[in-house]
Amino acid sequence: MRFRLRYSKYGKVRFLSHRDLARVFERSVRLAGLPVAYSEGFSPRPRLHFGLALSTGYESDAEFIDVDLNEDQGEIGSLEDLPARLGACLPAGVSVISAIQLEPGTPSLQEAVTSTTWRFELGPTEDARASDLAAEVAGLLAAEELVVELERKGKQVREDLRPLILGLSFERQTDGSGVLHAELGTKPRSVRPLELLATFRLPPEPIRVIRTHQWITRDGERFEPIGLTASLPHTEVCAS
Amino acid sequence: MASLPAHTSGNESIWGRLEPLLSKVQKPARYIGCEGGAQEPQWGPEKVSWLLIYPDTYEIGLPNQGLQILYEILNERPDAVAERSYAPWVDLEAELRASGVPLFSVDTHRPAGMFDVLAFNLSAELTYTNLINCVDLAGVPVRAAERGPDHPYVCAGGHCTYNPEPLADFLDFVVLGDGEEVVSDITEVLAAHKGAPRETVLRALCRIDGVYVPSAYEVTYEGQRLVAVEPRWAEAPERVEKRTVADLAEWPYPKSQLVPLTEVVHDRLNVEVFRGCTRGCRFCQAGMITRPVRERPADQVRTMVQEGLRRTGYDEVALTSLSTADFSGIADVVGGIVNDPSCGGNVSVSLPSLRVDAFGVAIAAELQKGRRTGLTFAPEAGTWRMRQVINKLIREEDLYSAVESAYSQGWRRVKLYFLTGLPTETDEDTLGIAELGRNCVELGRKHTKSPSVTVSVGGFVPKPFTPFQWFGQNTAVELQRKVHMLRDEVRKHKGVQMKWHDPRASLAEGMMSRGDRRLGPVIEEVWRRGGTFQEWSECFRLDLWEEAMATHGLDIDWYVYRHRTEDEVLPWDHLSAGLHKDFLWQDWRDSLAEVGLPDCRWTPCYDCGACTGYGIEHIVASATPPAGGSQGTGQDLNTGGLIPSEIAVPVSLGARPSSSAVSAP
Repeated sequence: MRFRLRYSKYGKVRFLSHRDLARVFERSVRLAGLPVAYSEGFSPRPRLHFGLALSTGYESDAEFIDVDLNEDQGEIGSLEDLPARLGACLPAGVSVISAIQLEPGTPSLQEAVTSTTWRFELGPTEDARASDLAAEVAGLLAAEELVVELERKGKQVREDLRPLILGLSFERQTDGSGVLHAELGTKPRSVRPLELLATFRLPPEPIRVIRTHQWITRDGERFEPIGLTASLPHTEVCAS
Repeated sequence: MASLPAHTSGNESIWGRLEPLLSKVQKPARYIGCEGGAQEPQWGPEKVSWLLIYPDTYEIGLPNQGLQILYEILNERPDAVAERSYAPWVDLEAELRASGVPLFSVDTHRPAGMFDVLAFNLSAELTYTNLINCVDLAGVPVRAAERGPDHPYVCAGGHCTYNPEPLADFLDFVVLGDGEEVVSDITEVLAAHKGAPRETVLRALCRIDGVYVPSAYEVTYEGQRLVAVEPRWAEAPERVEKRTVADLAEWPYPKSQLVPLTEVVHDRLNVEVFRGCTRGCRFCQAGMITRPVRERPADQVRTMVQEGLRRTGYDEVALTSLSTADFSGIADVVGGIVNDPSCGGNVSVSLPSLRVDAFGVAIAAELQKGRRTGLTFAPEAGTWRMRQVINKLIREEDLYSAVESAYSQGWRRVKLYFLTGLPTETDEDTLGIAELGRNCVELGRKHTKSPSVTVSVGGFVPKPFTPFQWFGQNTAVELQRKVHMLRDEVRKHKGVQMKWHDPRASLAEGMMSRGDRRLGPVIEEVWRRGGTFQEWSECFRLDLWEEAMATHGLDIDWYVYRHRTEDEVLPWDHLSAGLHKDFLWQDWRDSLAEVGLPDCRWTPCYDCGACTGYGIEHIVASATPPAGGSQGTGQDLNTGGLIPSEIAVPVSLGARPSSSAVSAP
């Protein structure tokens, strides 16, 4: 049975790489005594399926992982308890928020997620800088195309980022700090937050970068892999 | 709010200043702490605060068991608090210096300078410049003499402290031997003397067994020769004896092994099954200075494995020691873990060193039921003659039976460790390494299409408190010649690969291994010129070492390449690992005569001094050597181990002959 968990990543652990966190999860499911299914072969690994990687140093409210549990291996327990059980075995700063059981055949996170939204905290921003940023945002949104040069497999490639910038806005908070909000597409490939910032004439240097949402758009409808206030099914998932 | 004294306020974390720097460096996860099993240090104004520092990267330092043991023992004490720190990599160091942020603990990110003690683990000579760098990054004067009443005490423990003289200028005190008990003695002295003048505290520390205060000793030279190292203070003993924990069963540490969040070396549960080794390999400092053998009771090993796996979530455990296959009843212990359902199934067991015989392979087979990729053996030398000189008494038949047995049971790769530059070594001995490698490949061909044998060669560096402490190290040029000669020979044989250590690094290591206090300014200069992380090949700079030696008028030939004489005062003669100097000298003579010395676990005592001097004994559960091998005795012990003893009792070794009566078989 496949379960999908939503977790956040804040504080010191933001400096864990995606790879590090994957290893931490592998150990944590074991520590939590979850009857995780193992892959076949000489070195069986727990069957965990990660979503889009979060760059080292960024924080997030919206990370997801799919976990295969095998009721033949032991008690799965109740779905409601799952976040707390696993959360107790994860390092401080990684909090499991919610869990759902997936229907068989549910597309993987990597396949399904079509865009992600980001919050860039820029810290104290002076008036002049704030109006510059607002103007830059307006300019980027008005642009027909945003061609960047990339190196791919040793070759210089030109790519238009504009279709992947699905939303962008600048906000000046009452305390004078600036915040950029962006929604970035993931198909055919994910735009990295730094790539977006690099398209500014004077690239902002955020103090914090937070992924706030991941979105699945299907048939014109946009929804999250698990909502924050998800309609948690209250049915008990039993091992037998 | 009035500012509080540094040791009492609650919120001194430098995290807020560090955080923006971490976005700019490689692998920032190594600076965040947050490990599973980490202690929650409880600070208090009366407590003695220790910062335990490993002077190398987090990946290398975190798994260090010694540091983890002391971290737990200190935090269990009501009068102490301990945190950890590791050497920041060069990129973070530059950021720290540019921003004026000091070295910090990874537990609560407190600045290093606010601790009472900066305690370093010294496991390798090439980390000495890192030690100085860490002290400097803490904002503490690097020279002990320049430290004032508000500065931390800088100390070190670990194997390199058996000759701490090159670091004497930088260390307030040094600990010899096992740390489990002495850290408490030190804590009590420091707690009782809070605020006392530095010299008063150091004098009090001199009274603790196993604690060496370099500034309490006067060194006399006559020209190049060291003439004497004598106490200046009444409190300082003429000779500082090492500390030895008599019974490992009383110290089941670490109880809560750290589980790092990022990749480190030896990332697995480690359970120390015994300490000490009496195989008597003459090149091996660890085997000499950690005597006697103290086995952990098998039941305690099992408990520590079960508890450890449950607590950490690891699926691999290493049973550690200097020669784990020698642990009494090892096969039962290993089988118990592999087949124990309470260990969670799917648990793999590893032994860090495998004995070179079929018995060792049989155990490995028990361990690795599934994937069998590579096995590692350490014959150490290429000919029987050479192995007699170094007292690594493995016959070629032992190696071949081990290798044959490995290939026949499905292993594909064999790695063989060797030393070159050993005493009396001839080219024939060196080339014997290639011969062994080639024969191992031939054996492998019988069982697999493309067997692979990797020969790994290190340049021998003589170490204090070994029979080879008098031996003049091979020059870097000579080591290079031997390595190239061997490489050319190995190339002729398909299937044998060769790896080797940089002979130039062996030279720098050799300067410090047997150096005296005059090396201090050399180490300081190399550090000042940016020579940190010298054990990392990308950072190693022999030119800095050679130039600093020349600047300070020190002769590399004299320090490294010269044979010492029997009557010479050695820089560590005022320190003791329990071994009698005349025992070591006799063993050196035996070595040159190609005479082996048996393992005293299973033969009568030859009074090396490690037991007799301290009134302790081996704790070995089995009175007979393990079955099926000759290693360490040169005799056929195929009949050994038939009557295993089930109960862990100290083995009585009978009457002790005097050291002069030692005769080798």
